[in-house]
Amino acid sequence: MTGPYAENVEAVFREERGRLLAALVRRFGDLDLAEEVTSDAIEAALVRWPVDGVPPKPGAWLMTTARRRAVDRLRRDRTYASRLALLQVEADRAAPSPAGAGDELPDERLQLFFTCAHPALNADDRGALTLRCLGGLATPEVARAFLVPEATMAKRIVRAKKKIREARIPFRAPGPDELPARLPGVLQVIYSIFTEGYAASAGPDLQRLDLAEEAIRLARILRRLLPAEREVAGLLGLMLLIHARRDARTGPGGELVLLDEQDRGRWDRAMIEEGLRLVPAALAGGPPGPYGVQAAIAALHDEAADVATTDWPQIVALYDVLLALAPSPVVELNRAAAVALRDGPEAGLALLDALAGEPRLRAYAPYPMARADLLQRLGRLPEAAAAYREALDLAGTEPERAHLRRRLAAVT
Amino acid sequence: MKYMLLINSAGTDQAQEGCEASFEDWMAYDKAVQEAGIFVAGHSLADLTTATTVRVDAKGERAITDGPFAETREVLGGYYVIDVPDLDVALDWAARCPGATGGGSVVVRPIADFEG
Repeated sequence: MTGPYAENVEAVFREERGRLLAALVRRFGDLDLAEEVTSDAIEAALVRWPVDGVPPKPGAWLMTTARRRAVDRLRRDRTYASRLALLQVEADRAAPSPAGAGDELPDERLQLFFTCAHPALNADDRGALTLRCLGGLATPEVARAFLVPEATMAKRIVRAKKKIREARIPFRAPGPDELPARLPGVLQVIYSIFTEGYAASAGPDLQRLDLAEEAIRLARILRRLLPAEREVAGLLGLMLLIHARRDARTGPGGELVLLDEQDRGRWDRAMIEEGLRLVPAALAGGPPGPYGVQAAIAALHDEAADVATTDWPQIVALYDVLLALAPSPVVELNRAAAVALRDGPEAGLALLDALAGEPRLRAYAPYPMARADLLQRLGRLPEAAAAYREALDLAGTEPERAHLRRRLAAVT
Repeated sequence: MKYMLLINSAGTDQAQEGCEASFEDWMAYDKAVQEAGIFVAGHSLADLTTATTVRVDAKGERAITDGPFAETREVLGGYYVIDVPDLDVALDWAARCPGATGGGSVVVRPIADFEG
C-alpha cells in the first residue's frame, strides 16, 4: 500500500502502537508476546481498513484483534501459556489490576516508560528500548539512530528484554514515594536521546533531527501522563527551546554555527513560544530541578535579540543554581563562558584555566574551543591557535571540525 | 519469584570507617525478612581464611587449594534467598540489608527456573 493514505495510517499507528503495546504488556505481562500481537494487529488493520473502512473505534478494534491473536498464540503453546499464567498471578500479587474495563483504552504507557528506563538495565540499552517500545521505531531504525550495526542493536534489545523477563523487572509505575528517585532516570533517557540527536557525537552530520524530534515526542507523551511533575515540564521546555534554533545552528556548508553568530531570524518562533510557556510550570511551586533551571537559561537566550543584549547576569545566577543542584565540570565550563560575557574575556579565561585539571574535560572539545575563543578575543593569537588545534583533534563531527578550521584560519 | 541476595563485604581498601552495620542491625533485618514471609534460605559464611577451593581436571584429578584469598576486592560474606513478586521488591530488600552499606554491596540474582 502506498500513497498519502498509507502515510496517514502509519502516522496514526505510530501513536497507537505505544498505547496498544503498553496495554497488552499490562494484560499479558510479557513484552515479547505484546510486541508480536501488536504488530499482527497493525498488519491486519493495514489490510482490512482500506477495504472495510476505518472502524468507529480504531483503538478498541486494534486491542480486540491483538488480544485474539494473543489468545490463539497461547492456545498453540501450552508451556508458554502456563509460564505467562504464573507471571500474571505474580503480577497481581504485586499490583492488583485496576477494576473495570471501559471502551476507552487506559493509557498504560507510564509503566512502560519506567520499565524501559529501569536502573537495573544497561544504561546503553534504555534509550534503545524506549525508542522501540514507546517511540514505535523498528530495530533497524533504532540502530540507524544510534549509528550502530543492526545486528548489534538487535543483540542489545534482546539482552534488555531477556533481563526484563528473566529478572522480572515489573511493568509498574512507581508510587508517589518512589517517584522522586525514579523519574530522573526516565528523564535522563529522553534527554540523552535528544542530545545524541542535537549534537551527534560522531558521524558526518552535526544534527540528527529525527532523534531530537523523537525525544520531544516522548517528552510530550510523558508530560500528558505526568502533568504535575515540574521536571517533565522543564525537560520538554528545555528541548523545545534548544530545538527551536536548529535551522540556525548549521551554515550553508553544513558547518557548526555557534550561538553568537546565529541568524536569530531563522529560529522557530512558534516552538520558542511553546517552550517559554513551559518554563513557569517548571519553576513554580517549589525548589527548581536541573531541567527547569536549564530551560530557564535556554529561555533567556531565546528571548534575547542578540548576544550583547542577553541577560548575562541572570544566566550566571542560574548556572550558580544549577551547580548547587548538580555539580559538574561541564556546567562550570558553561558558567565560565557566561561570566566572560558578563565581566569580560579575562574573567572567563581565569575560570576556564582553573578547570584545567578536570579529567572529564580532558577529551572534551568544547573546553579548548571555549578557551580558544576567549584567547582570540584577548588578542593572544598564538595561544588561541594552539587551543583551536587542540579542539580540532578532539572534535567528533565534520561540521564541528569545519567550524574550527575556519576559526583557526582567522587567528593564524 | 526467588532471588538470591549475595552479600559482599567491602574490601579493606573500600571499607568506610564507622559505617559498618552493627549486630543489632543484622538481627533487625533478619527479623524483618522472616516476618514479611519472604524468607526461603539464608546463611552467613565463616571467615574467608577458612575457605578451601576444589578443582577437578579432565583426568579426574582433584586439586585442593587453600583460599581463595584477597585477589577479590569484595568478599562474599553471606546470602539470603527470598521469594518476592518482582525485581523491584527484591531490590528494596537488598537496599534495606545492612550488608549494602558501609562500602559493602548486595548482588541480586534471580534463581533460575527450569520448570516453566
